[in-house]
Amino acid sequence: MIDIFQDAPLRIAGREFASRLLVGTGKYRDFDETGEAIAASGAEVVTFAVRRTNLGQDAAAPNLLDVVSPERYTLLPNTAGCYTAKDAVRTCRLARELLDGHNLVKLEVLGDDTTLYPDVVETLAAAETLINDGFDVMVYTSDDPIVARELERLGCCAVMPLGSLIGSGHGIQNPHNIRLIIEQAAVPVLVDAGIGTASEAALAMELGCDGVLMNSAIAHARQPLLMASAMKQAVQAGREAFLAGRMPRRQSAEPSSPLAGRINA
Amino acid sequence: MQIQLNGEARTLEADASVARLVEALGLTGRRIAVEVNEEIVPKSVHAETRLAEGDRVEIVHAIGGG
Repeated sequence: MIDIFQDAPLRIAGREFASRLLVGTGKYRDFDETGEAIAASGAEVVTFAVRRTNLGQDAAAPNLLDVVSPERYTLLPNTAGCYTAKDAVRTCRLARELLDGHNLVKLEVLGDDTTLYPDVVETLAAAETLINDGFDVMVYTSDDPIVARELERLGCCAVMPLGSLIGSGHGIQNPHNIRLIIEQAAVPVLVDAGIGTASEAALAMELGCDGVLMNSAIAHARQPLLMASAMKQAVQAGREAFLAGRMPRRQSAEPSSPLAGRINA
Repeated sequence: MQIQLNGEARTLEADASVARLVEALGLTGRRIAVEVNEEIVPKSVHAETRLAEGDRVEIVHAIGGG
């Protein structure tokens, strides 16, 4: 069989990935389910959060990084839960120490705890500080094309607009804005947040996104492992459809079979 | 002496090093990161970094997240 599909790798800050699906590690039942779902998703880039160590806990208790090892995956520390540029920068520096100098981070600075909408003012300030400090910054942002452009100008290595609110599963609410962001960007654009099911991941890729980042859609599915597999295929299908180029939309029907040679002609 | 460890007061022997604190917590060799007064203390200098009265120490690790 001829291999018709030879995609270029996803390139982020000099790193290359065959998979265009990036996944989070939150909200799973336990570490076993986390590890199995991530394996089923085929993801190579995996996000995690940085939190205070529970003091007094069993020191031999399993650690997330035992299941999602830095040897097997590209770990992407996320500043989730930070509401100021200062806290986000501190969190990234702690993560870099935690991962022995690994400098790729997901910057996310939130505006309030009901919408979890990005605070773009704080995000811009944090991005500038982190880039000056040598970080490669993948940045979570709103679907505002002007903000996306400014984050790229500051030197962010990937721009990641929300499809809809974090954890909402409302899919991509403004595909036109996502397309505007993609059209102007020279760095990878990934939809991050809002994806609820496979068709929405495929839509992100059909719009021309370079990748999709998700957590809840897999972790909160009734069967996370099956959804992880569905998402893997959806992202690939959407990518192939984007590269193939969709047919034009028409106002009227057009038969697929020739009109000539019909038996009653 | 008393320090603030992950937001809570904790009593420590005078002049204890970061390495000593980490050891006392049973976290030696674990994947953690340490910050003292909002500055990272790299693993390579845990042994030689002395804590002082009133220091604010954060010890963090990786957990599941998006």
